[in-house]
This record gives sequence, structure tokens and C-alpha cells, in this order.
Amino acid sequence: MKYVLAILLLTAAAMGRPQTPARPQRIVSLIPAVTEMIYAMGDGSRVAAVSNFDHFPADVDRLPRVGGLLDPSVERILAIKPDLVIVYATQKELIERLDRAGIPYFSYQHRALADIMTTIRAVGARIGSAARGDAVAAEMDRTLAGIRAKTANLPHPATLLVFERDPGSLRNVYASGGYGFLHDMLEIAGGRNVFAGMKQQAVQASTEMLLTSKPDVIVELRYGDSLKNADIARELRAWDALASIPAVRTHRVSVLTGDEFVVPGPRVVEATLKLARVIHPDVVR
Amino acid sequence: MPPIRTRLALTLTGFSALLAVALVAGPLIGSTHISLGRVFDRSIAFADNTDAQIFFVARLPRVLAAALVGASLAAAGVVFQALLRNPLATPDTLGVSSGAALGAMLAITFHVDFAVAGVASIPLASFAGSVGALGIVYALASARRRGLSTIVLLLAGVTMTAFFQALILFTQYLADFADTFRTVRWLMGTLDVGSFAPILAALPIVLVAFAMLATLPRSLDLISLGADAAAARGVNVLAAERLALAGASLATGAAVSLAGPVGFIGLVVPHLVRLVVGSDHRLVLPASALFGAAFLIACDAVARTVWSSGELPVGIVTALIGGPFFLWLLVRK
Repeated sequence: MKYVLAILLLTAAAMGRPQTPARPQRIVSLIPAVTEMIYAMGDGSRVAAVSNFDHFPADVDRLPRVGGLLDPSVERILAIKPDLVIVYATQKELIERLDRAGIPYFSYQHRALADIMTTIRAVGARIGSAARGDAVAAEMDRTLAGIRAKTANLPHPATLLVFERDPGSLRNVYASGGYGFLHDMLEIAGGRNVFAGMKQQAVQASTEMLLTSKPDVIVELRYGDSLKNADIARELRAWDALASIPAVRTHRVSVLTGDEFVVPGPRVVEATLKLARVIHPDVVR
Repeated sequence: MPPIRTRLALTLTGFSALLAVALVAGPLIGSTHISLGRVFDRSIAFADNTDAQIFFVARLPRVLAAALVGASLAAAGVVFQALLRNPLATPDTLGVSSGAALGAMLAITFHVDFAVAGVASIPLASFAGSVGALGIVYALASARRRGLSTIVLLLAGVTMTAFFQALILFTQYLADFADTFRTVRWLMGTLDVGSFAPILAALPIVLVAFAMLATLPRSLDLISLGADAAAARGVNVLAAERLALAGASLATGAAVSLAGPVGFIGLVVPHLVRLVVGSDHRLVLPASALFGAAFLIACDAVARTVWSSGELPVGIVTALIGGPFFLWLLVRK
């Protein structure tokens, strides 16, 4: 019996990852979305460092930066002496090094919108705030269900959701395909994604594809630099080149700004609401 | 062998016919079916006529851009191969293409955002980059002695290309996540220019470049044998080399700023054409321009239709078709 126990313990020690303390106090988050999740649970004070791309909430400005998704600085992370590092599952090299350094980490991957709530619950459990994580996720689920309930019985206009293009022209247009959280947000907001049939997150839409997809509504997402009204007007005018698109003729092209559209964290609820307001302005306010 | 006039007439007729076929067929091919009757139906307002918009806004500018870019790169390839006396020379060899790419990378990364006469900042920055690169390489090649040193030109060009590539990587490293993505896609090349304005902006530059190159074929024939031999036959070698370098670089810069770096056209097309018409530059140069245009239109038609979800960047198609084809030619000979 003793031997069995010893073997089990040894195996566990050899296989097991470094143990996370029940309530980690020095969390390094390399993913802006998870930083926002932790702040939403009211545990922001335990975040010790964030990524180069973190901007929200404003409180993160006081924290040290330790690199980004592609270029995390292991040295800076180690210097923070974290008791938990939040990484994205694709950061394989970083995970290996954290393992070697004996630093506990939490790794996850997102695809659909529902994964965001799953991750919030998992992060909550991992940092010893399971109840608050559940509460945040449940509130998001409730709000999203509320938006869906409002739009469910309305006609779903064919919608083109553009998240990237060359400024001032319709070159290199990237739109949401039929997969990923932007697509899910669009459906909840009461739109029918014109590229729903393409099961990829990003579709590079040529001029011909834009014309044949015939969207009734075009929504453009902008983030990073804030746009002045004159800039937005100029960007909207670029669409006039494709006048046969119904959305262009009926002036249903809009630009939405804000990084909540690209950070798959708690603010996707606000983002979905903004989308719903643009697609169904009379119903959703 | 028939006299040059006859061969020139035959060559031009044959390759022009090929280009004409490509120009007519190009706009008819696409991922969606359009009705030609509807395209030219004047009774439907243009704004309501999706078929006409697909034809005139999506496809025609693309086909014309492909023709302009293909002709420019192929002609530049012929001239660089003769000027540098190197069959491997391409429009990229002297760093002009990389300079253009660097200009575009900087414009994308640092959000240089303005438009001049309907031409956006990215093509403008890209063209400026190509002119800058030409200036640097030219200054280096003419610094050492009187006249251009071909070997210095070649080494300077290769070095500048490597140097520009490093700067491109550095720029990409500094770029935001979404911008990095855009820079990578720009480097794949695309002909979906979206309107006629960028084509019209590139056209005068290409015409000037072609006018410069049109005076060169006899000199190029002799220069490709060696500068001394050419000088002995009464060619003003320095003037010819300057004109060749400037003309080919301008054509390259205009092409790259319009469509991004579309690879392989400048290498493969001249060699293919030489197989058909021989090595006389009076034939090779115009035939390459015509065939380059037709070839790129065809590659773009493949790029637009072969992929079920969306379109392939044309630079990938030219390399995927051109690479194996060229290797087959090498082995076959």
C-alpha cells in the first residue's frame, strides 16, 4: 500500500504542473480579454502585470508590460515573480518555459462566443473567485439572451461585418466569416451574416464578392486609433463606388468604434448591443 | 531566316492576338455568373445593375491592372537580364521591388493616411520607396568609377534587397497586430484594385518607362554581349545603361505600387518568350510585354476562381504556376 501511494505521488509530481495557490496574488495576464475578465470579477488588484496590448480598464496603465501574444518576454515575466500566468493555448514555447521555471499557468483557447463565458467561469475557479466568475458569466448570458429575445422574431437583414480594410478605399476588405465570436455576436444582434457559409473567422472579400453578397446592412468595426467624424464620413464615402449594394443605396453603412469588438472579454455584451442598435435601430435602444 | 520586319510583324500580331483573347476572356470569368445582356442593358440604372457593377467595378479594373502590371514586370525583367548580363535577374534584383515594399510597409504600419487624386497613401509611399531604392543603388554603382559597374550594380542591388528586407521585418515587428496581418497580405500581391483611379495613376509612369525602353533594343543586344563589345560597335554604353536602369525601375515601381510584389513574371516570361522568338531584343522586349500582360490576366483568372472560399492572392498563383513550369523548361532543354 505504501509503495502504491509512493508511486502515485511520484507520478503525480513528475506529471503534474506546478501547483497554483488557491488564491494567486500575483497574476500575470498576457491576454487583454482575460485581464478584463479578472477586473470584471473585482479581482483587478491581484493582477501584477499585463500584455503590451492591454488598454482596459484604465487601471492597467499603472501595471508593468511583459510583451504580447507573439513576443512575450519570459525574463520580464519571471522578474514579476508571478504565482499564476494566463497564457493563450497557442503560446507553446512560453508554456514550455513556464513549466521549466516551475511557474503555474492557466491556458485556454477561444472560438465561439459561448467560449468566453466558459473561460470566465474557468478563470474564476482558478483564481479562487468561482462564485464571482459564475456571476459575471451568468449576467452576460442573461443580457445576451435578452438581446436575442428582442431580435429573434424580427427579419434578419443580410449583414456584412467588415473588421479591416485599406483606409479610403475598398481594397483588402476583411469580413467576418461564418465562424467565431464576431459571427455569433452578429447573429444574436439580429443580422444574417452574408458570409455565414464560409466557415472561417476572416474572409478576404474581393470587390466581386462584396457586390454578389448584396448586404442590406454594412457594419464596419474600427479600433485602435479613434476616428474623427470627418474621417468616418470619408470612409463611408468609399462605399459609393459599389452603388448596387442595397446597404449603400439605402445608406445603411455604419462605422462602429471601440476595442470591445476585438477583445473577446466581458465587453462583448456591449459590443453585441451596439451591433443590434445599428441593425435594428427601431427596436433595440 | 525572314527579315526582321517580317518577324517583328509576325511576333507582334501573334502576341497581340493572345493578349486580346486574354483581355476579352478575363472579365467574363469570375466566381459568380453574370449575364452580358444585363451588363450592357442601358435601361437599368447603373446603380441598380449588379451585373454591370461586377463587370465594370470588380472585374474590368482587375484585368486592366493585371495587363499593366504583367507587361511592366515582364519588360523590366527582359531589360534587367540584358543589362546585368544575368539570366537570373528579375525586377526584384536591384532592390527596387523591396524598396517599394518597404514604402508600403511604412505607410501601413505608421498609418500614413492621405489620398492624392484618388490614389491612396499606400501606393504612393510604395512608389516613393522604389524611386528611393533606385537612387541609392544607382549612386552606389556610379560612385566607384566613371560609368556604371555592372558587378557593383548587381552586388549593391542584392545587398540593398537584403537590407530592405531587414527593414521590412523590423517595421512588421513594430506594427500592431492587425497591421502586421495587412502587411503580410500586401506582400502576397493582389490585383483587386477596386477602381480605375490607381490604374490611371500608374499608367503615365508605365508609358514613360516604356517610351524609354523602346529606344533600347539594339543597344541591349550588344550590351548583353559585353560593355566593351557594345562600345566598340558605337553604342553609348553609359547612356544606354542609365536609360535601361531608369526605365525598368520606373516600370517595376509603378507595377509594385499598383499590385504589390507579384513574383515570377519578370523571371519566367522573358525566358518563355525567348524560347519562341529567339534572343533579338527588338522581338523579345515587345513580345514579353504583351505575353506578360496575357499571362498575368490568366493567372489572376485562376486566382479568382480556383478557391471555393474567396480568392487566392495572385502572387501565390504566379509562383505556383511559374515555378514548376520554369523548372520543367530547364530540365527539358
